[in-house]
Amino acid sequence: MKGFIIKEFLQIFRDYRSMAILFGIPIAQILLFGFALNMDLNNAHIAIVNKSGDAKSIELINKINSSDYFIVDQVFNSETNIQAAFQRGEIKEVIVIPEDFAARLASNQKIELQVIADASDPNTASILVNYTQAVVSSFQSQNAKGSSAALPLIQVESRFKYNESLKSVYMFVPGVFTIILMLVSAMMTSISIAREKELGTMEILLVSPITPVQIILGKVFPYVLLSFINAGLILLMSAFVFGMPFSGSITLLLAEALLFILMALSLGIFISTVSNSQQTAMLLSMFALLLPTILLSGFVFPIKNMPEVLQWLSHLMPGKWFIIIVKAIILKGAGFADLWKETLIILSMTLFFIGLSIKKFNIRLATN
Amino acid sequence: MKTAIEIENLAHNYGLVEALKPLDMSIESGTLFGFIGPDGAGKTTLFRILTSLLLPTQGTAKVLGLDVVDDYRKLRPLLGYMPGRFSLYQDLTVAENLQFFAKLFKTTIQENYHLIKDIYDQIAPFKNRLAGKLSGGMKQKLALSCALIHKPELLFLDEPTTGVDVVSRAEFWEMLRKLKNYGITIVVSTPYMDEAALCDKVALIQKGKILQTDSPNNITESFVKPLFSVKSNERNSLSKDIETFGKTDSFYWFGDSIRWIGDDEKDADLLRIYLQQKNHQALEIKKIKASIEDCFMDLMKGNYE
Repeated sequence: MKGFIIKEFLQIFRDYRSMAILFGIPIAQILLFGFALNMDLNNAHIAIVNKSGDAKSIELINKINSSDYFIVDQVFNSETNIQAAFQRGEIKEVIVIPEDFAARLASNQKIELQVIADASDPNTASILVNYTQAVVSSFQSQNAKGSSAALPLIQVESRFKYNESLKSVYMFVPGVFTIILMLVSAMMTSISIAREKELGTMEILLVSPITPVQIILGKVFPYVLLSFINAGLILLMSAFVFGMPFSGSITLLLAEALLFILMALSLGIFISTVSNSQQTAMLLSMFALLLPTILLSGFVFPIKNMPEVLQWLSHLMPGKWFIIIVKAIILKGAGFADLWKETLIILSMTLFFIGLSIKKFNIRLATN
Repeated sequence: MKTAIEIENLAHNYGLVEALKPLDMSIESGTLFGFIGPDGAGKTTLFRILTSLLLPTQGTAKVLGLDVVDDYRKLRPLLGYMPGRFSLYQDLTVAENLQFFAKLFKTTIQENYHLIKDIYDQIAPFKNRLAGKLSGGMKQKLALSCALIHKPELLFLDEPTTGVDVVSRAEFWEMLRKLKNYGITIVVSTPYMDEAALCDKVALIQKGKILQTDSPNNITESFVKPLFSVKSNERNSLSKDIETFGKTDSFYWFGDSIRWIGDDEKDADLLRIYLQQKNHQALEIKKIKASIEDCFMDLMKGNYE
C-alpha cells in the first residue's frame, strides 16, 4: 500500500499535464469567474438629456456621475440625439430630466424622470434601471431632508439579505468550488486508473498479492490529499482576492469539503471501472459528471425555474447538495444542525459509489 | 518429477471465435517450456487463463496445484508474469519501477537480488532513466527483473523477445537458462522458431490448437518425410516449376532456397531432371535434416486441411 501511494505521487508530480489540471485549472477558473464573468455592472456609459439646465439638475448629474455605476458620457439639450447615440452603441442608457426640475423639487411635487435603456441586452438594461432608481431616490431623500416641509416620498426599499451588495462573485465561489473539486477528484482518479488498464500495468497489478480494495485506496489517498489542498487554495483565494466574507465555521466547511471530495473520488473510481481507456474515462467524466453538475446543480440556472423533470434530476446531482452546504456555511453562517440532511445525502451517495466500485472492480481482465 | 501445470479439456472462446480449442497437457516443474506459434495462435489467451486473468470457457487448469479459477488469490503471489506488451510504468525510472514491484510483493530488492543480479547489472547504469525511454532490449530486461523480484515459483513470459534485436534476444535466453538453475519453472511463448531449440520442451500451437508437444530434439527426429533443399539461379521461375512437378508433397521458401518434400525419397532425382529440362542452371538439390520450422510447416499444413 505504502509503495503504491509513493508510486502514485511520483507519477502525479512527474506528469506536468496532471499537475496543470490539478492546480492550474482551479486558479484559472476562480479568477475567470471572479473577474471576467462578473455580472456586476460598473462604469456603464450613459447620456443625459437635460431640458432643465438648472443648478439642481446639474447636481443630480454630478451625483449620477460620481457613483461607481455610471459614467455620464454626453449631456444633450434635447432628445434628438438619443437615437443616434444608441445606434452607435456608445451608451447603454439615457436619463431625461424634465424642464421644471428644480421648481418641482423645491415644491415637493411629483417629478417624472424618463429612463430609456438599451434592452438589446435585457439583463444589463434592467440592472441599470434599478441602479438609476437607487441613485435618484437617494438624491431625492437628500433634498427632502433639507427642505422644511418634509413630506416623505413613497419609496420602495428592497434589501437583499446575505449578499447585500448582490456581488456575483459570492454566488460563483460556491459553484466553482464544487465544480473544481468534482472535476479534479473524479476526472483525475478515473483517468489514472484507466491509464493502468490502457498501458497494461493493471495486468501485472492483478497478478500480484495486492487486492482491489488496496488498489482503490492507494489511488484515492493521494487525490484526497491534493484535492484537499486545492479546496484550501480556492477558499484562500476567494477570501483574499475577492474579499469573500466567511460567516460560518471553517472547520465544518473543510469537513464537508472532505466528504464531497470522497464522493467525487468514488464516482471517479466507478467511472474507471466501466471504461478501459483514458479517453473514455475523460469523456465520461466530462459529459456524465461535469456538464450535469454545471447545468443542474443550481450553479448557473436556478433550479426553481427548471421544468419539473429536471428539478427531480437535480436532486441526483451531488453538486447541488454541496452548493447548498457551501452557501449556507459561507454566507449564512449555518451550523451542522442546519445541514445534516444535505450531509447525509452526500454521505450515502459516497457509500453507494464506493460499494459499487469495489463490486464492479474487475479481478480479471475485462475481455471475458 | 512434480507437475507445475495441469490442463484438462481447457478451451476459450471470444464470442463465436474459438481462441483456444479443447486442450489437455501438463508441464513438469523445473522445465523451460516454450509455446511456439504465429501471432493469433492463442498463446496470450492461454497465458492469461493460466495466470488467472481470464476465465476459461470450459475445462480446468491447475497451476502449482492451485485451480486458476477458485484459488486465484493464493496462486497470484506465486507467479511471475511478464505480459506481451511492455507493462511497466513508463513515467517511473528504472529504479523506481523495481522498488515499486518489490514493495508490491512485500519484499525488498536486496532479498532476491541474487536472482536478478546478472540482468539488473546490465541496466543499472540507466537506473535513473525513465522506463519509457529505454531501448526495446533494456525494457525487456527491466520487465524480467520486475517479474522476478519476488522469487516466483513459476514465471510466465509472453513473447519476451518480440521486437528485440538479435543480440539482446540471445542474452535474454542465456538469462532464462540461468534462472532455470534456481529451480524456477519458466513458461515462455514466442513466434520465433529458432528459439524453440533453446527450450527443454516445446508445444507447437496454431489457430488455438496444440499440434505437437515434445522436446525440440524429439520433434525434429520424428520428422520422417524426405526433405530436400532446392537452389537454382533462376529464382523467379523455381517455385512455379516445382509447383508443376507432380510428385510433390509440399514446398516453401526458406531463406534463399526452397524446401521441398517429396512423396518418396527417389523422386528427388526425377525433380532434378525435370528442373534441368526447364533450363535451371547451377541447380543444387540436397537432402537435409528437418529443423523445428520444417516440422512446424508440415504440421501446420495438416492443421489447415
